[in-house]
Amino acid sequence: MAYKIVASQCTGCSACEPQCPNVAIFEKAGTFAIDPSKCSECTGHYDEPQCVAVCPVDGTCVIDNSVPRYQAA
Amino acid sequence: MSKLLQLHDFGAPGATSFDELRKSAASSGCSSKGGAGKTGCGSAAGPSDLPPEIWEKVKNHPCYSEQAHHHFARMHVAVAPACNIQCNYCNRKYDCANESRPGVVSEKLTPEQAARKVVAVASTIPQMTVLGIAGPGDALANPAKTFKTFELVTETAPDIKLCLSTNGLMLPDYVEQIAAMKVDHVTITINMIDPEVGAKIYPWIFYNHRRYTGVEASKILSERQLLGLEMLVARGILVKVNSVMIPGINDQHLIEVNKAVKSRGAFLHNIMPLISEAEHGTAFGLAGQRGPTAQELKTLQDACEGEMNMMRHCRQCRADAVGLLGEDRSAEFTTEKVMAMDVEYDLAARQAYQAKVEAERDAIAVAKQRELEKLEGETATIKIQVAIATKGGGVINEHFGHAHEFQIYEVSTAGAKFVGHRRVDLYCEGGYASETGIDPILQALNDCTAVLVAKIGMCPKDSLAGAGIEAVETYAFEYIEQSVIAYFKDYLERVGKSEIRHVARGDATIRQGAFTEA
Repeated sequence: MAYKIVASQCTGCSACEPQCPNVAIFEKAGTFAIDPSKCSECTGHYDEPQCVAVCPVDGTCVIDNSVPRYQAA
Repeated sequence: MSKLLQLHDFGAPGATSFDELRKSAASSGCSSKGGAGKTGCGSAAGPSDLPPEIWEKVKNHPCYSEQAHHHFARMHVAVAPACNIQCNYCNRKYDCANESRPGVVSEKLTPEQAARKVVAVASTIPQMTVLGIAGPGDALANPAKTFKTFELVTETAPDIKLCLSTNGLMLPDYVEQIAAMKVDHVTITINMIDPEVGAKIYPWIFYNHRRYTGVEASKILSERQLLGLEMLVARGILVKVNSVMIPGINDQHLIEVNKAVKSRGAFLHNIMPLISEAEHGTAFGLAGQRGPTAQELKTLQDACEGEMNMMRHCRQCRADAVGLLGEDRSAEFTTEKVMAMDVEYDLAARQAYQAKVEAERDAIAVAKQRELEKLEGETATIKIQVAIATKGGGVINEHFGHAHEFQIYEVSTAGAKFVGHRRVDLYCEGGYASETGIDPILQALNDCTAVLVAKIGMCPKDSLAGAGIEAVETYAFEYIEQSVIAYFKDYLERVGKSEIRHVARGDATIRQGAFTEA
């Protein structure tokens, strides 16, 4: 799995972008999005997924069930 | 000219060592002990209240000085919307262009766009002396954008003073950079020093790669804020502290906060009323947390005044405000318009304008002093509040029906002192009185004895009289403080002759919610 950003919730504040250890977050039409192929759920980096921890609007960065679970190499 | 503040600039005359400097900052730095009626840099004070070095730095700064705000303008650019803490009085999802409150912004700018906007505004408005980065979000949660903007502005417009606002969480990490960028002053929002109180204001903070909640979060935040404050003061950078007054949560506690920040060398304390309309969708707004009344706010500010200077003219501006305080011109400077403008930065023209303003301000100070001398020998203990309709310039020059706000002065035999402002909806719209009538204005001015205006119609004059407020046109187009003192002298005489009876006024309402520019 990876995290995804619910576009309708995102305020475009950019708080998440610099926090992502994998540079998976990018701006898309005024809001932000996560590249699922780069998201590691912060495994091995931090105890908490950084996008979730820093996002000011709860329920915006959520698990994307359509993406297979991240496998640590 | 923007220059790096040196330690010796900050102390009282003759303060040479760092210890002396700290002592001076702690005791007399910007004291309100100049006697009753002298309220220091946050208010209507002139140079007499301040060490000359500090006065030199703040005199053209609209956000420091009530007097300066009549003559000088500031602008905010919104380049760094990220934030790393959550406050119960903030809702990041809400953004309405017709609203005026901190944290609200119509458009976010890149540093390059922001720098161009600054030059465009400074070329159009010669009285624009200050650029602030004040949100939305925290200027230091996204430091690269904040500092890049400052760097670009300094290159083109070196005379503009730079300032930034922060919640203080990341401040200790960036003090060196702030000093290197020659930032003129920093505002830290400090609402508590007791983490138990903080837990009721801040649901969480994001620090060291994790989210902290509860008392633990507020403890970290408070420690970082106070450390950042001390580090800035040690480098001679002026620090103003903003606090939001939240009745029942931190209202009494802010007296402790005031002592804590004063002892650490903060130069000015700005206690602002909570804005908590339910429609803003903030946690406090939804929970029905009320804001303070006008007299509750004034009482707290008065209680803190013995400790340090209080700022009372804050308009809680939008994060993209442009122009004089209370007169937003941001609509003239949208990104689209700014990009299309031909801008040429004329430093000489700006300086010439500012010299003219200087002369005008001297005239105002002389006129006030002359009027004050006429009160000598008066022993009345009466103290009244007077509202003023003004468009700026230190003059009573606004029609009652056209006033977006009234300025409130407290006057006694000790002199006139600015104590706040009251925003109102326009009474007169396109020549017709508004549908809601005069009632909201009466509520906003209910603690005043009189309102001094350039002009007023018979109908509102009668309504004011009915509410016990005297509308006075006698001082139209004259200087504010001089007129307030003259009115008070006349008031005392009439009370003395039993023509009128002095009655204590009640409380007044601070206007909440959207402030729509006409």
